[in-house]
Amino acid sequence: MKNCVILSVLLFLGLSSAVAAQNTPPAPADDEPELIEVDVANKIRSIAVPALVAPNPADTAAGNSANLGRQIAEVITANLRNSGLFEPQGPSAVRAVTLGEVTAPQYDYWKGRNFEQLFEGFVRVGGDGNLTVGCYLYDVNLTQEVTRLGFVVPPKEWRRAAHKCADAIYSKLTGELPFFDSRIAYIAETGPKGKRVKRLAIMDSDGANHRFITNGQATALTPRFSPNYKSILYLSYQDGNPRIYVYDVDSGRQRLITASKNPTFAPRWSPDGQTILYSMAVGGNTDVYKISANGGGTPVRLTTAPGIDVGGSFSPDGKQVVFESDRGGNQQVYVMNADGSNQRRISFGGGRHATPEWSPRGDLIAFTRISGDFRVGVMSPDGSGERMLTDSWQDEAPTWAPNGRVIQFFRTEKNSGKTSIWQVDLTGRNERKLPTPVDGSDPAWGPVLP
Amino acid sequence: MKKNMQTLALVLLATTALAACGKKKIEDIPPTADGTQYGTPQDQGGDMSGQILPGSQEDFLQSVGMNGDRVFFDTDRFNIDAADQATLQAQAQWLARYPDKRIVVEGHCDERGTRDYNLALGERRANAAKNYLASLGIDASRIQTVSYGKERPAAPGSNEQAWAQNRRAVTVTVQ
Repeated sequence: MKNCVILSVLLFLGLSSAVAAQNTPPAPADDEPELIEVDVANKIRSIAVPALVAPNPADTAAGNSANLGRQIAEVITANLRNSGLFEPQGPSAVRAVTLGEVTAPQYDYWKGRNFEQLFEGFVRVGGDGNLTVGCYLYDVNLTQEVTRLGFVVPPKEWRRAAHKCADAIYSKLTGELPFFDSRIAYIAETGPKGKRVKRLAIMDSDGANHRFITNGQATALTPRFSPNYKSILYLSYQDGNPRIYVYDVDSGRQRLITASKNPTFAPRWSPDGQTILYSMAVGGNTDVYKISANGGGTPVRLTTAPGIDVGGSFSPDGKQVVFESDRGGNQQVYVMNADGSNQRRISFGGGRHATPEWSPRGDLIAFTRISGDFRVGVMSPDGSGERMLTDSWQDEAPTWAPNGRVIQFFRTEKNSGKTSIWQVDLTGRNERKLPTPVDGSDPAWGPVLP
Repeated sequence: MKKNMQTLALVLLATTALAACGKKKIEDIPPTADGTQYGTPQDQGGDMSGQILPGSQEDFLQSVGMNGDRVFFDTDRFNIDAADQATLQAQAQWLARYPDKRIVVEGHCDERGTRDYNLALGERRANAAKNYLASLGIDASRIQTVSYGKERPAAPGSNEQAWAQNRRAVTVTVQ
């Protein structure tokens, strides 16, 4: 996975510093009031996405470059449509463009068809077999270029170039950080309710490049990608007891995070990947601990309440931890400093609050509220502004998109126990089910790939 | 012997009834990685007509009676009430009879809890049953616990009746 080195930015002819700046994501708009930001983000934009032009089409390990040009445009179209913020028309709905048009768009033509934005691009096969993918975004009404960028990728990584182009369009037009070029770890489920087979699996953020990691002999639960995607923390009943393992993606090997024989569960990485937060039951009493991610080391116990203290998620600066506890009588969300000090309850919205997950932007905490049904909601880190994003029989376990604007969770069907992974944005709109080969639960979204 | 036969008939009846309802048996756990396997009631299926081996899982189930292998809990609770005490006392009698036998107490929850919390709650329930057995004089080193959270419901429905059956701690003999 680390051969993403290959994804290097190209400087195009006559490229200004604006392009280089595009490669570093735009800074979060701290100075903008939240409400305006949401309004801007929710403007639906019509955008044309014709197939990328393939000058001198050539065969590659991933098929002919002309086909790749069309497939890349289709992936970009799907990403933009699934975000809910665009009305894209892909290569099957708009005419093909010429190589000359890519840098000199026919604004009048696209304006006449009521497009606000126009994406064009090319894909070229280099002498070394790698693809050069160029992406250009134009504002049709202003008749000017918005941004351009390019990537060199091995043919088999063509989807990543598509995700990067879609991320550039999304970021430029919404002011939000990118999120398409990222991956998801989750639990693939099959079998009857009383005897579910649960396997660790990974996939791209759009469901592509799906891969099962465990074979289902031992129940696997609650995976989390490390910040660099090299490892996955997850729970397995491999030795008959629930225990957390670190799975190394490249070697396929795994190890226990602690030598303790006690059951361990609810693992999370610190934002820098150096520390693992987890829960451990000793004589029936569960508390939150942390331990070095590098193996060995002594666990540090962070909670001591006689109740169940479980789960937890670091703030993006790594200084605080949000977790859940029933010390007050039922499950509620608490915040503490990363050393365990200053523990305080923050959820007071009625019902029980569970599975808190700190947004990568730091501004919100997502949670599951149990009040009759299970719903996913968000609140500020001080507990204020609680609002629900979903409404179903059982929605559980939110995980944040790397840009902190979209949330995934899993939904359980009444009676059948069938599960599926869903996505919703912070407005509570654009809810949609993710395509997975079998049932899915416990989604965990990783960061944007470098 | 006649009494035994009656009990056996009851167990048979119960098994048949369960099968007829299409209910899942939580004891049906996939084998663990190291090849050990808990004794399961299904094991008795093939040789119900034959002799029950003293100290076996079948012997345990017959000794403790219908549902005598499990205690039930209220929502979010893990206390051992009077009915649970009677059940565990019967289990303790069997364990006293076979002092070299070990058991695993499985803690389970209903589906109306979040996954991690249920793993913690299942631990509490299993430990509550274990501690009560220990208070009756059963050596704690003979009792392992494992929490399955909400992963192995005994009753598949999504209603109060099913949830009540699923909030349980089940004693399984190690064979």
